[in-house]
Parts: sequence; structure tokens; C-alpha cells
Amino acid sequence: MSQYFDLTRRRFLKSSATVGALVLGTCFVGAVPRAMAGVLAKPSESAKEANLFVALRPDGIVEITCHRSEMGQQIRTAIAQIVADEMEAAWDKVVVIQGKGDLKYGDQNTDGSRSIRYNMQRLREMGASVRYLMRQAAATRWGVSLDSCSAVQHIVSHSSGKTLTYAELVNDVLNITPPETDKVPLKKRSEWRYINTAMEHIDLKDIVTGKATFAADVLEPKALIAMIVRPPVVGGKVKNFDAKAAKAIDGVVDVVEIPAPKGAPFFQPKGGIAIIANNTWAAMKGRKALSVSWDDGKNGDYNSETFKESLLATVSSPQTSIREVGNAAAILAKSTDKLVADYYAPHLAQAPMEPPCATAMYYKDHVDVWAATQNPQADMQTVAAMVGLPKEQINVHVTMLGGGFGRKSKPDFSAEAAYLSMKTGKAIRVQWTREDDIQHGFYHAVSAQHIEATLDENGAIEAYLHRTAFSPITSTFQEGATKAGSFELRLGFTDNPINTPNMKLENGEAPAKARIGWMRSVSNIFHAFAVQSFIAEAAHKAGRDQKDYLLETIGPDRILDVTEEHADYDNYGGDKAVYPLDIARLRHAIEKVAQMSKWGRKLPKGRGLGIAAHRSFLTYVATVVEVEVSDSGELNIIKSWASIDAGTVVNTDTVINQVQGGSIYGITAAISGGITFDKGRVQQSNFHDYRVPRMSDSPLEVDVEIIQSEAPPAGVGEPATPVYAPALCNAIFAACGKRIRQLPIGDQLKA
Amino acid sequence: MITFTVNNEVREFSGDPSTPVLWYLRDELQLTGPKFGCGMAQCGACTIHLNGVAQRSCILPIAAISGQKITTIEGLSEDGEHPVQQAWVEHKVPQCGFCQCGQMMQAASLLASNPTPSDEEIVQSMSGNICRCGTYPRIHKAIKSASKSIAGVEYYVPEKTGEKA
Ligand code: FES
Ligand code: FES
Repeated sequence: MSQYFDLTRRRFLKSSATVGALVLGTCFVGAVPRAMAGVLAKPSESAKEANLFVALRPDGIVEITCHRSEMGQQIRTAIAQIVADEMEAAWDKVVVIQGKGDLKYGDQNTDGSRSIRYNMQRLREMGASVRYLMRQAAATRWGVSLDSCSAVQHIVSHSSGKTLTYAELVNDVLNITPPETDKVPLKKRSEWRYINTAMEHIDLKDIVTGKATFAADVLEPKALIAMIVRPPVVGGKVKNFDAKAAKAIDGVVDVVEIPAPKGAPFFQPKGGIAIIANNTWAAMKGRKALSVSWDDGKNGDYNSETFKESLLATVSSPQTSIREVGNAAAILAKSTDKLVADYYAPHLAQAPMEPPCATAMYYKDHVDVWAATQNPQADMQTVAAMVGLPKEQINVHVTMLGGGFGRKSKPDFSAEAAYLSMKTGKAIRVQWTREDDIQHGFYHAVSAQHIEATLDENGAIEAYLHRTAFSPITSTFQEGATKAGSFELRLGFTDNPINTPNMKLENGEAPAKARIGWMRSVSNIFHAFAVQSFIAEAAHKAGRDQKDYLLETIGPDRILDVTEEHADYDNYGGDKAVYPLDIARLRHAIEKVAQMSKWGRKLPKGRGLGIAAHRSFLTYVATVVEVEVSDSGELNIIKSWASIDAGTVVNTDTVINQVQGGSIYGITAAISGGITFDKGRVQQSNFHDYRVPRMSDSPLEVDVEIIQSEAPPAGVGEPATPVYAPALCNAIFAACGKRIRQLPIGDQLKA
Repeated sequence: MITFTVNNEVREFSGDPSTPVLWYLRDELQLTGPKFGCGMAQCGACTIHLNGVAQRSCILPIAAISGQKITTIEGLSEDGEHPVQQAWVEHKVPQCGFCQCGQMMQAASLLASNPTPSDEEIVQSMSGNICRCGTYPRIHKAIKSASKSIAGVEYYVPEKTGEKA
């Protein structure tokens, strides 16, 4: 360590003779958002620790730290694009270092579609600070004014024509005090060269040659493989087990019991029996040979069919008011011609392509973990609790994630690996199978909704009542919780955009008999399904075109502030002055996608178009789906279109890819059989009975247009998902007149 | 003792003959291109070539490959220059990438036997490979463009070129 500059106190804290690279880090801890800390450290340390955002090495290579997890959204590329652009770094001199779990980064929970929203400004400032320092260093060396020096692509030039490379200036910069962040000029949008382009992502070549390192591809340390038999029922325990046959299998080296969790699930392992072997196949055989009997506990009675009936009963009677304007209940009570619909959607499993996996090595005073985790700080905490060490002693190395979708925010698998390493003294890799993933998940909540409305003489919604009930995520953190958190209701329920003088939104309580988690776009999935299906149902009742009616129903351009209607609404944590719920942007997305899909065109018999639009994660998406339904009820999704307004975007190709993928992920909700329970046990086990979209289920074209906007950046990974199932079901109705209110579609079209 | 080749190198195996080839490749040879996604031939993440033809290595017992040639993504080309890999880059197909080695091995096998597949043939051949990130439209397009670049020329079959063994 040569020098450390603390920007808050404006002084150097320590220094020594050695000089190395220029390293700048932003200060994430503390309340001042624009505060910066400059740190000067040796390159080897920066590379090893990877704990700061940008390091310019003496050879000119720029190391940019990515502190968010990579799971296909190309965040590693986006972070590099932002920093390198403002820094004027040459792209071929940029390398990305994956940050470990570390509190000093601030939030690392790669979840909620907010990596860019949370970080874009400070990453720009970081890059711009380096560019400024380079110009300053050159100006000082040449004895010229700062203004006469410009920095372009790793080279500072003086107006006279002389130049110095960034590499040549590294040592000079070490003597310059970094400027206050707000004194550093940021580029104008028109000067961006990387941001808002479709640059190829940095891991692409590694992926196509099979070199990308996912959790199970970590070869160092050489680990034993563990496969775990877990209690089939949440809250269940091992009653007894016989490991004799398992231990007799060649390659099995140990059998270890993992204790049952206490209290609310949090991210604790479910407990069970681990078979530890020196290769995966032996562990699999050992697991098969193990015999275990279980004590099921209080969730042994969980049955999906009965539970569905109880949810539907809940939403059939008045519940807690969440938002209210006018007098919807009284108008609806008097009406003799109201439209009434109940919607139901089952549990779903995220089922990322890579099943959960983590390797751990326990030492007396610390633990190393290598995991496919969306939130390494949650691993630190969960592992620490499991092995009884402070969380600062847990080093979490983040691998590439083979998809996350919310499952890998819950690091029970890392805690299992750490516990087993502690018990055996060996490096242990816990490999989940697909069966484990389907049967021991944190599931997307099962839900029922009831909507009723009356239409006025023009067909407009005059009064609207919507009740929702679902097993809440709060139950995962608070034992026995039955009330949904406002953070779950705000996802497409509280922020309903229907423009009507009488609206009442109610939420009923529901217990959770499984571990409830979140899945890409969370409760937006079932809420948007109900709201956007219902608007199309009302359009039909009013004899109107779906798209025109949707536009009229959400009403004129305006800012909608639902807190004015007694609602608890945190706007995804976004300041409502910066990220208002802007109906004009939602309307624009609808108009755009209508244009893209040539809405209103004549279609052959058996074909139909459906539309849906929804704001989530502060982003506006509208989708049109075209389907064909044959006489025998075969569904074929021909094509779909989506428009997205996510404010400022960093990588346009990534946005398109995410919207395409998010759309297809949305098909899961529509076609999947869902996750069902009987006697507390999940009835599905692998992709043969938990159906996920394949190429044959997917449209071969998903056309995406980005609505270019200078609004601040919003979410991209999730918002394309919620609109898909309702647009699809609206298209099915247009094609064949069958209205789907219960998901999955299953064989409802065949009836 | 079972003898076979992997990416043109001769290998011998004397362990449990029921071991799926996937785990042999991953655990013993440290070839981590083939991925584990389901273990029951449902997802295609583990796809390799057996004598140039796509196979699910998770259910292929090592006893069945005696005297045969195995190719993994690591052996499909020297450095990603197989037409399928190039098309994958051109269309920026991957998101997380976890399924993509399997997808490319499946696509390479399809194009080896049918260099100009129809849209429907592509769907048929590729529907055993799941991509949870939903890259199907791009996979489909990439196969069409790889098809253009290899149609009419002798298809790159690893066993025929660059013999190293
Ligand atoms: S892992 Fe072999 S097909 Fe899924
Ligand atoms: S790219 Fe992620 S599963 Fe296919």
C-alpha cells in the first residue's frame, strides 16, 4: 500500500516509498451520495482484493471491479461501459474483476433490476475523475493549462499536438489530489462512445468456447462432492436414517447430518443428510442408497387444491383496504350488470439452468466460499450464522451464474457447503440436482384474485374492486406471517393505473406452507395477469378494441401518485420526483407496440392478437402477442413484439436480449404446470413434469424496440415478464373466444 | 478397462462402468464445457458428440463409449472458429451462457447431418435443449446464419480435422 487518500477528510492517511497503480474507489458507506474516496495501492493488491472500482495499472490496463453478480444481464459489461466511457479508456485495455462479497461496496444484492439505477451516477463520476486526473497530470508535466489538454482513448493531447499515454502518466497522478466529485465534469450524452450502444459483451467469447466459470466449474480448491437429502416438507426433520448401504458405495467418504433450521426460514438450509464422496456419481449413488424417515411437522398437511379453494374463498369477501378512492363497494353492491372475474396462478419455481451450487473451505478463523450467488453479502451472513463466525470472516467469491431469477438470492446452498466443510475439515462442493431445485425451492407465491367492475354508459370502468391474496414473502423472514408486505403489494397491485372515479383495492391474509421466495418480477406476474386480463375482458363487454380500450382505461397523460389515495407505496425505492409513475410513458409504450405489431390488421381464422402493458421496476413495457389456436385447441405462439421505456440504457443489445428472454420467461407462468403440493411435498421433480418453455413453445421472433429516453435509468431484467401471460391470454381470447383466468393454461383450450 | 477418445486424445477408464460420461468429463478430465442441468436427458446442457452426433452425456454410461470418439465444446474447434460458434458471437446469442455449450453442440450436430435445415427442422432438433434465459429466437437465427456459412462446403467434423491423437 503506497498511499491512501481519504476524500471526505481531504488528506492522505499513509504513504510509503513504493508507488503502484492509480486506484480510485467511491465511498459507498455513509450518507453522502457524491462523496468519493481515492485510494492509491499496488496493482497486485488491487487485483487480488478487487475491492475498488477502477485501477489504472502502470502498463495502461484498466481494471474495473464489478460488484454485482453476472447472470446473463451483462452487468459486467455495462459497468465497464460506463466507467470506460467517462474515463476515455480504450476498450481493448479494459479488464473486469469480479468483486467479492464486501460491505464496503454497499448494496450487492443483484435483484430488483436495479444495478444500473443504483450505480450509474457514481460509476460515471469514478470514470470522469480518472480522465480529469490524467489531463491534470499531463498539464502539470507540460506546464500548460488544464483546458488546453484533452483525453481521448487512453491518450492525453495538448493543443500543440504533443501527447502522453495514460500509462505514462500513472506515476504523475499519484502526486495529484483527486478533485471533489462535483468539480469533475461528466460527458454530455452526445459524447458517449460506449454507453447506449450495442457493444459485444465481454464474456461472450469465453461462453462460446466453454471457458466461462460457473459454480460447479471452480477447480481450485479440489473439493469433495456433497449431495444432500433434505426434508421433503418445510419445517420437517430427520427422524432417523440408515447410512450403511450408502457408506458401502465405492467413493463415498462420509455421511453428515445437517441440523434442521430454527425459526423462520430466512436463507437457512433445510437440514437433512449429506453424502460426501470423491466424485459426483458416487455421491449420487450414495444418496440413492440412503434410507431416511422424516418427521413432517406442521406443514405435512399442505395440499394445493385445498389451498386454492381457501385463497379463492378469501378473495370472495371484503379484506383489508390498500387503496381507495370514491365509493366502489357501494356502486358494485347495487349493480345488476357487473363484470366479475376470479384469477388464480400457482406456485412456480425459478429453475435457473444452473442448479444451485457452492464450494466452501472452512478454516478455524475464516471460510472461503465460491458460489453462484446473486447476493454475496447474504452468503456472508447466512454462512456466518451457520458456522458461528463473524460475517467479516466469510470470503465469498462470486462465480458466473447460470441464471438466477431470484433463486440465487437465497444462499442456503452456500451455508450447506460451509457447514459440511466445518464438519469434515475438507473443501466441499454442494451440488444441487434439478430434483433438489424443483423440490426445495423458495417458490413464487400461489395467488388468487377477485375483480369486479361496473361500466358506465360509454363502456368506461365506473367502479373497480380488486382483491388479492397470496402466501407472502414476509413469511420467509417472520415465522407464521400471513400479511403481505407493502413491498409485495406495490408490485402491480397498489400502483394499478386504471383511471376510474371509484376504486377499491383489498388484500387478504394467507398462510405460507412452503418457503416463499421471489421470481423474476415477483408479484407483478400475477397482478399484471389479473389487471391486464380484466381490462381486456371489460373491453369485450363494452364491445371495444382491446388496445383502444386499454388506452382509455389508463386515461390521459398524467402523473399518478397513489399515495394521494391512502396507499402505502414506496415506488421501488425510487424518489417519486425522479421516477414518477408517468401515464404518458405507459401510453407511449402501448402506442409504440401497436404500431410495431400493426395492431388492427385482419387475421385469418384461428389467429388473434393480445396486448398488455405494465410498469414495473420503474420501467414501462407493452407487449403484443400473436397466436394461433387450432380447432383441436393446439396453441402456437407465432410472434411477439415489445416496446420498453427504461429511461437511459447502457447496452442496447442487452436490453433487447433481456426483453426477449423476459418475454419467453413469462411463458413459464402461462404454460408451466406450476408447482403443486400434496402432504406438504412438491409433486414435480424435473423438467419432464415441471414444464418450462422450449424452442417449440416459444415464438421464433420477439421484436423489441427501445424507446430512447433521457430519463434516469430504470430496471431492465424483469419488466418484460409480467406483461407476457396476460397478452398471451388476451390473444388466445381473440383467436378462439376462450378466456383463461386460471394458470397454467394446461388443457383448458382443449375442452 | 474402457478405452475411447476425448477430443482426439486416447483415454482409459477403469472405474464404475455405469458412470455417466458427463461426470467422467467434468470430475476426471476437468472438461467443464458440458454442464449439468437435469441429469435425465431433459435439458441438453450436457450435450456432447459421440462420433460426431449429439448425445446427452448425463445418461450415457461410460461403458457405452468403448472404442468411440467423444467431442466436447472444448474440442469443437481450436479457438471458437467453428461456424456455429461464430454465428453465436455474431448474433450475440448467450445471456447467462450456461445452456449454450449444449445448444452449440446440438446445433453443430444438426448442421453436420443437415446443413440447410428448415425452420421447422431447427425447432425439432433444438427443442430438447432448454434455455431458461429464453434465447431461442437468437439460437434459431444463429443456426440459419451458420447454415449459410457452411452450406455446400464439407462440414467441419472434429474427427476429420486436426487429428491430435
Ligand atoms: S443434464 Fe443432460 S440433458 Fe440435462
Ligand atoms: S443463456 Fe442462460 S440458460 Fe441459456
